[in-house]
Amino acid sequence: MSADLALIWPELILTIGGLITLMLGTFMGDRQVGIYQLSALLTLAAAAAAVVALFGVEATVFSGTLSVDSFGGFAKLLIYAASFVCIVIAPRFFSGGMRAEYPTLILFAALGMGIMASARDLMTLYVGLELNSLAAYVLASFMRTDERSSEAGLKYFVLGALASGMLLYGISLLYGFSGTTDFAGIAKVMGGELNIGLIFGIVFVLAGLGFKISAVPFHMWTPDVYEGAPTPVTTFFATAPKVAAMALMTRVVIDAMGPAVGAWQQIVIFLALASIILGAVGAIGQKNIKRLLAYSSINNVGFMLVGLAAGTQQGVEGVLTYLLVYMLTTLGAFLVVLRLRDADGNQVESIAAMAGLSQRRPGLAAAMAVFLFSLAGIPPLFGFWPKYLVFEAAVNANLVPLAVAGIVASVIGAFYYIAIIKTMYFDDKSETEFSGGGAIVEDAVITASALWLSVIGYLFIPVLAVLSASAAAVLF
Amino acid sequence: MISVGHYLAVSAVLFTLGVLGIFINRKNIIVILMAIELILLAVNINLVAFSAALNDLVGQVFSMFVLTVAAGEAAIGLAILVIYFRGRGTIAVDDANRMKG
Repeated sequence: MSADLALIWPELILTIGGLITLMLGTFMGDRQVGIYQLSALLTLAAAAAAVVALFGVEATVFSGTLSVDSFGGFAKLLIYAASFVCIVIAPRFFSGGMRAEYPTLILFAALGMGIMASARDLMTLYVGLELNSLAAYVLASFMRTDERSSEAGLKYFVLGALASGMLLYGISLLYGFSGTTDFAGIAKVMGGELNIGLIFGIVFVLAGLGFKISAVPFHMWTPDVYEGAPTPVTTFFATAPKVAAMALMTRVVIDAMGPAVGAWQQIVIFLALASIILGAVGAIGQKNIKRLLAYSSINNVGFMLVGLAAGTQQGVEGVLTYLLVYMLTTLGAFLVVLRLRDADGNQVESIAAMAGLSQRRPGLAAAMAVFLFSLAGIPPLFGFWPKYLVFEAAVNANLVPLAVAGIVASVIGAFYYIAIIKTMYFDDKSETEFSGGGAIVEDAVITASALWLSVIGYLFIPVLAVLSASAAAVLF
Repeated sequence: MISVGHYLAVSAVLFTLGVLGIFINRKNIIVILMAIELILLAVNINLVAFSAALNDLVGQVFSMFVLTVAAGEAAIGLAILVIYFRGRGTIAVDDANRMKG
């Protein structure tokens, strides 16, 4: 048992750090933002250091319910990095209204997501997922006096609880018809003849996970929640939980359902195509930038699922690279949204108000253009590379029609990204005066990720390839 | 003799009722919370029935986890409902429409 504890240092650090942060907030008061924020950031940094220290260790702990491996390590590093940024940017947004619950909830959500990323048993899967979801429901309704925020929390809660219910129903069927909750044990049963109970189990589990990654047709909560939640929380939702849920889905599909390719592959292909197409079409005509980025995230999840549908090691490598690049791009795009404040200091969310942004704030407009072109996957930018990887994997797995349909739909998707760039660069200036300055951290993160995505990213391809290959190899 | 099949049928009916309760109900969000509980209890019946049939304890341990998490979920759901009611003065499902599109 104590040997097991030595292998879950990241989780232990997050648990203890989260409790300490909560106590600091309780005893020193919500006004001491610097203190509890520092404690949360140190916790995340320490947890990330622990993950790095454990890199290369391959073991299962606690009777095989959790797996310590480089796949989970890769996902955890992304999750902790995104959580870190989301805590850094919060005080400026909430100005006087920052409370200690915010960093605490993010820490506990990060803990749950870490468990999701390394679960190899249905029980740990469920506990990790719920730990993340319960924290997320509260975060969505964090601005309790704001009607949109509380409505976002309510919608997220109802649909999220329904999703966990479906996931659990599927889990109970998988358990009943395979006799075990262990991924490896389930995979053994999946290798044989599939009965109707197992097939129902696969469908319900994939539906429940589809909710969490907001794949079509389980996406209906995404635009509302992204729009209503406070912007730092939306930034969080669009990055860290996506990584965790996608990593979890990959592990479930490859590790537990791997041998039953025929059963899950068509579901994943359907989710992928539906998400790419609806993500692209639904975004057209949106007036709120956060809503639009929600559709963009649905669209991008579709591309990740293309890599997963391939079901090969190459496909999983593509998914992991995609997650990293998607996370950086989305972080950057939401940080730009966060920087848009009018003269009274209110957030600007409407796309119409961004007209002529290139004349008022050329730097921000240029960065936003980089992020949007990158999300659309237009070649010189680094967002093209992961799209290329997933399509290559799909073609190598003989899924040529899927790849062709995906590429065609991504052209539709490019339309609305370019429409925003047109608004920013070629439309007449809007009435909105933007206030600015004083957000050094945000600007630094925006600049760094924009530069990385422009060309520098290509220099890192060999490193990324080694990292994603060693992570993906764990599952095969 | 009551077999696993009977339990599965009961739980399938409860699960369907729960899902319908969420989608058909247009009146009251409290009813949605009750429907969610129904879904989770259907799952618990499944787990315990399988656990007994397989002669394996894991299912019962799992149902304990589900019960605990369901309690936490209900607490958070009600808390969110309270702040929502404070802001809007209504808990009718159709009124939750500040955002559309």
